[in-house]
Amino acid sequence: MTTASSADHPTRRDFLFVATGAAAAVGAAATVWPLVAQMNPDAATIAAGAPIEVDLTPIAEGQDIKVFWRGKPIYISHRTKKQIQEAQSVALSSLPDPQPDSARVKAGHDQWLVVIGICTHLGCIPIAHEGNYDGFFCPCHGSQYDSSGRIRQGPAPANLAVPPYAFLSDTKIQIG
Amino acid sequence: MSGPSDFQPSNPALKWIERRLPIFGLIHSSFVAYPTPRNLNYWWTFGAILSMMLALQILTGVILAMHYTPHADLAFKSVELIVRDVNYGWLLRNMHACGASMFFFAVYIHMFRGLYYGSYKEPREVLWILGVIIYLLMMATGFMGYVLPWGQMSFWGATVITNLFSAVPYFGESIVTLLWGGYSVGNPTLNRFFSLHYLLPFVIAGVVVLHVWALHVAGQNNPAGVEAKTEKDTVPFTPYATIKDMFGVSCFLIFFAWFIFYMPNYLGDADNYIPANPGVTPAHIVPEWYYLPFYAILRSIPNKLAGVVAMFSAIIILCFLPWLDSARTRSSKYRPLAKQFFWIFVVVCILLGYLGSQPPEGIYVIAGRILTVCYFAYFLIVLPLLARIETPRPVPNSIADDVLAKSKGRAATAASVMLAMVVAGSLLVGGTQNAKADEGGTAPPAQKWSFSGPFGKFDRGSLQRGLKVYKEVCAACHGLSYVAFRNLADPGGPGYSPAQAAAFASEYKIKDGPNDQGEMFERPGRPADYFPSPFPNEQAARAANGGAAPPDLSLITKARSYKRGFPQFAIDFFTQYQEQGPDYVDAILQGFEDKAPAGVTIPEGSYYNKYFPGHAIKMPKPLSDGQVTFDDGSPATVKQYAHDVTTFLMWAAEPHMEERKRIGMQVFFFLVVFAFLMYFTKRKVWANAH
Repeated sequence: MTTASSADHPTRRDFLFVATGAAAAVGAAATVWPLVAQMNPDAATIAAGAPIEVDLTPIAEGQDIKVFWRGKPIYISHRTKKQIQEAQSVALSSLPDPQPDSARVKAGHDQWLVVIGICTHLGCIPIAHEGNYDGFFCPCHGSQYDSSGRIRQGPAPANLAVPPYAFLSDTKIQIG
Repeated sequence: MSGPSDFQPSNPALKWIERRLPIFGLIHSSFVAYPTPRNLNYWWTFGAILSMMLALQILTGVILAMHYTPHADLAFKSVELIVRDVNYGWLLRNMHACGASMFFFAVYIHMFRGLYYGSYKEPREVLWILGVIIYLLMMATGFMGYVLPWGQMSFWGATVITNLFSAVPYFGESIVTLLWGGYSVGNPTLNRFFSLHYLLPFVIAGVVVLHVWALHVAGQNNPAGVEAKTEKDTVPFTPYATIKDMFGVSCFLIFFAWFIFYMPNYLGDADNYIPANPGVTPAHIVPEWYYLPFYAILRSIPNKLAGVVAMFSAIIILCFLPWLDSARTRSSKYRPLAKQFFWIFVVVCILLGYLGSQPPEGIYVIAGRILTVCYFAYFLIVLPLLARIETPRPVPNSIADDVLAKSKGRAATAASVMLAMVVAGSLLVGGTQNAKADEGGTAPPAQKWSFSGPFGKFDRGSLQRGLKVYKEVCAACHGLSYVAFRNLADPGGPGYSPAQAAAFASEYKIKDGPNDQGEMFERPGRPADYFPSPFPNEQAARAANGGAAPPDLSLITKARSYKRGFPQFAIDFFTQYQEQGPDYVDAILQGFEDKAPAGVTIPEGSYYNKYFPGHAIKMPKPLSDGQVTFDDGSPATVKQYAHDVTTFLMWAAEPHMEERKRIGMQVFFFLVVFAFLMYFTKRKVWANAH
């Protein structure tokens, strides 16, 4: 079709073909957008992921609870003196994902560890109070986390994630 | 025609594949080199339009199935959530729902084209019969798809259509029970219809492959009805037919977009925005417009079994068309009598469609019987007879001769195609008017609404005042269960900030739980919560309101309508008038009168309302002057209250309306520009062929 023209002398026909082709491409791209965007979370799901408040008073020292936020299990541990001690004294250089305990809890609230209870290996739920490090043990592939939720042993590459949260008072936190 | 191709790709990788699986050769011989008659007119582009529609229906359908819940208790709500919450869900749903109508519209044109030009005649009988099979599958798919939203029309449509099978002697009842999976239409029915509705489009796609295969063996028919003989008679499929089809498609998309963005509910029924209720049948059960002619045939026969047989025969008879019409001349262009009878037949079909939408009484029944006889007479008497007595005009020697002969009248052809599109469009519109007979209510006066028309927007002040009226008055009895507090801060809504919406929510007590002790408790509302309903269940609502449960208002402005009458409904198509629901709600709120006029008796516990069908409404007059005070100085009158609360309820029924119209305008602008570009591209490409 385009043999009649050359690159130096674009004809009106060439321009028309290019313009039509470009318009078709733009139209196709604009059509694909909603077809893909519909897969993202809908408005109701996003609204349901709003922050939640958790009352800490019922959790005794050494106990932990599991709450759900955005479909994810959140472990809230009331750590014992021993657990805090262990978490603070470990040498950072010996950790696969070095992070001091102070970076994983809120200042002045050392006894509260809040972590997302999803193993950073492949997403299983670690069991609290199990394993060799007074923390969490993932039954799927044997990852072990310490009392600060840091990876110590096993295939997981990173520490348990700390969700965004804040203390509203000494006994109440807001997650999210 | 499409024998083994000598096509060889030049790319070594493609060559490697081609030697093992000659797929590129197949594509090349079928869609590139394939010789297509050079005299095809635009009626032939409907094959491409239908292919696109099938692909689009499958694509949007697969997407909707990602969000839809096929359960009797959840289906209606899940459809509403698709429209309200899923990203572009309203667009996808409109595309799919209007797409079904467009698909049928295109297939009817395709079929009439085949009928007019004799495309079913030797050697294309199998091609034609495959087409009839596709049409039957489409009808089954369309019907089952209509059941899925589980509104009143879905439910009762399913009941009526499945009951057709009860006409079968001896086994009828067993067949119907088998179809239902229960003693009545219910959850098992919905589940299997969903499964089959997902399956059948792929079966259609399979038969379409056979249809195209048969087409490529026999070659395309053409307006002259003579077979292609030499190279001069044909042009290669690509670019000639491809570019012409694409132009046809882009014009069709403009028509389609008119419905998607501006008239999404025009072809639907307001009753389908009422959730399915097995205890109440809507006053008039009407199928979707594309089934109306057959519905009319069904109803004209006073015997149950005979009616069902006649209805199915009306479709099956098409399979025998190649042998009923034995005339040797294909195209009606050269058959003066057949041409006239063809147009009479088209009118008969349209009139049958109109009758199918009317109540089965009086003159409509008699007219239905006459037209049913005409329908069958066309196939069984007229066509066989014409083949014997008609003297056809001489046909051209070849397609090339035909092209030369008509090249003078090209502009006229284009104009006639445009005219035909407009006529066909308004006929489609004509077939859609529903049988909303006079039920004793006065038609509400049409009002001016800020949100009507292509640029319509909600009046923010009116929305905020309407919310106040709802909260202080309506909410005592009526729920608004599909609207969440967060929606009050959505763009295109009442224009509150997220903080204001959260504060509004916190004034409500929401039931939540169970807590750790296993008990339900109350807490302040959050933005994610929905407006709480005033009654815990329908029975409580009924008991507290003299036996009539106040309906949920989330969809009330879409679930109510009134008859617009002829020719108003046809004008509505062009003016995009969609506000029957708001007109009705507004009128009801203002239509209360203390004293019923003479001759109208209102039962105890009911109230006279001028606009309510039957005039006796269970709701006492809800609004009186001065009941709600507005901060912005708007008059505290019933007229103002009614107008504001109706505006608010229209937004509640369709919170994305402003977005729909805004995107619609962009799409329209694009499509018109694109169609122009396609037209000139097509002309340039075809300049080489003439």
